[in-house]
Order: sequence, then structure tokens, then C-alpha cells
Amino acid sequence: MTVWLVVSLVAVATIAFKAAGPVLLGGRSLPIGVRGVVVLLAPVLLAALVVTQTVGGDGRLVLDARLAGVGAGAAAIAARAPLPVVVIAAAAATALVRVVT
Amino acid sequence: MSSEAASYRDGIRAVLAIAATVSFFGASFGLLARSSGLGIIAPLVMSATTFAGSAQFAVVSILGTSGGAAAAVAAAVLLNARYVPISISVASLFHGPRLRRLAEAQLIVDESWAISSRGGGRFDRRLLVGAGLVLYVAWVGGGEALGDPRDLGLDGAFPALFLALLVPQLAGARERAAALLGGAIALALTPFTPAGTPIVAAAVACLLGLSRSGRPKRNS
Repeated sequence: MTVWLVVSLVAVATIAFKAAGPVLLGGRSLPIGVRGVVVLLAPVLLAALVVTQTVGGDGRLVLDARLAGVGAGAAAIAARAPLPVVVIAAAAATALVRVVT
Repeated sequence: MSSEAASYRDGIRAVLAIAATVSFFGASFGLLARSSGLGIIAPLVMSATTFAGSAQFAVVSILGTSGGAAAAVAAAVLLNARYVPISISVASLFHGPRLRRLAEAQLIVDESWAISSRGGGRFDRRLLVGAGLVLYVAWVGGGEALGDPRDLGLDGAFPALFLALLVPQLAGARERAAALLGGAIALALTPFTPAGTPIVAAAVACLLGLSRSGRPKRNS
């Protein structure tokens, strides 16, 4: 019973979060001042995702094999490798370092 | 135009690579949920309605370690609050009746959003919806887990993907400054706040976008 309550509440919250932009702001153009802010959302949130997915734990920094994965990914990006190659290189390096350490 | 088409093709290939990874995580979510005593149906319904990996893992592990329902919901809400700024960034792609916008918006996940990003605040609607659908099927379908996704290093693949999609967006000085500030805020808060909070707080860095909009443009 508790499980279903949690499942429902989390679903409703998440659906509302995801719909916030498209439902409230969809299909209309934003004022210029707001646009300047919204345009920066992609680089800012991507940077935050890179950080939290690399060293994030729950309430603490975790330095582990993911660092090696991001390093390998960065090298592949610098070598102008296509996206799938970057992803595979990162996974391979992460797995390798995890086996070795 | 040809480079646009090439990056579109690259995006499709990336979606397939990411979908394989996501299905692996989807399967391991099912496995973890079952071993936490949540059965099969509830996790499946959760994947279909919530469709956000990190929050689902958080809920299952909190319930599985005898944490309370309130703690599980709170963790998931904090983790998924990032979808407010994320969905605002792509709001202009959605048209039509409200109900349709609400339904299509559910295809927004970190990966579909990131892959559809084209820089300069532009997003590719086809990639967002297409990737969202493929990832939805991969996540809910899941299949049988062949082991721990961490053993295959798949948890290291996501930050590299986001990095690859971030780099082309750093052409302008303002973008670089905002990304740096956002990353720094996330890093500074990670040791002190529950997961999810650092990303939402980092969105404040977008306010750098206000700095020039009030003044006449200068070429310097």
C-alpha cells in the first residue's frame, strides 16, 4: 500500500516538473530579457550534470572509476571522435579502472 | 546544412548507444526493486509513469532499506526538480493543446534533452521526441539484467555524454562563464546537500544572461 502511495506521488510530481515549461510557456516566444537567461540553461545544466554524474554521491563527493571514464571521454572529444565512440570509450575506461582498483 | 544533417545522424547513432545503456539500467532497476520486496508490477508502473532513472533508484533503495515513504518521496522530488529548468529550456518546441504538450513533455529525460541540444539555446524537436520514445521503450522494456551496469562502466558513460554535448556550446564567453559557474556551484554543493539539489541550485548561473540584455550590444 505504501509502495503504491509513493509510486503515485512521485509520478505526479515528476509529470508536473516535466510539463512545467511546455504547458506554461509552450508555443509562445519569451521576452528578450528572459531569453538571455533561458539560452544559458543548456550549458549550465549540462555542466552541472557532468559534475554530479562524475563525483556525485548522496550528500558527499565520491571519487571513483567514473573520473577515468570522463577523462577517456574528454580525450575522445578532443580527438573529435563521434558521440557513440565517446560514450563507449568512457564506459570501457570506467570498467577497466574498476577492475584494476 | 550538411553539418547540421551530419550532427543529426550523429545524434541518432548516439541515441542507440545510449538506449542500450539505459535498457541495462532499466533492467537493473527492476532487479533491485524486486530484491527490495516491491514486486514486479509497481516498479514497472513506476518506470512507465515517472521515467527518470536516478529518482527511481533512490526511491527503491530508500524503501528497500526500511526508510520511510516520506523520505523516499522527498528524495525523488529533490532529484527530479531539475526537470523544471530543463523543461523551461525546451518549452518553445511544444505546440498544440495543453494535454498534448503535457503528454509530449514526459519524453523529456536528461539524455533526450542533452542529445537534442543544438547550442545557442536551440533544440531539435525531432531528436528530443525521437530519442525520448526510444529511451522510454528501452527503460520500461529493460529486459533481463546481465549483471551490474557498474561492472561495464556504464555509470561513467553518462557524464562523458553530457561533456561531449556541453563542449560545442562553449563557443561564446558568456556561455563559458555560465557553464563554469554552474559547474562550480554543483561541485561546491555536492558534499553538503542531498542529490539533486546541486543541479537545481546551479541553474542560478543562468542569471548571467541578464547582464547584457539590459544594455546596448557591444562588439568586444
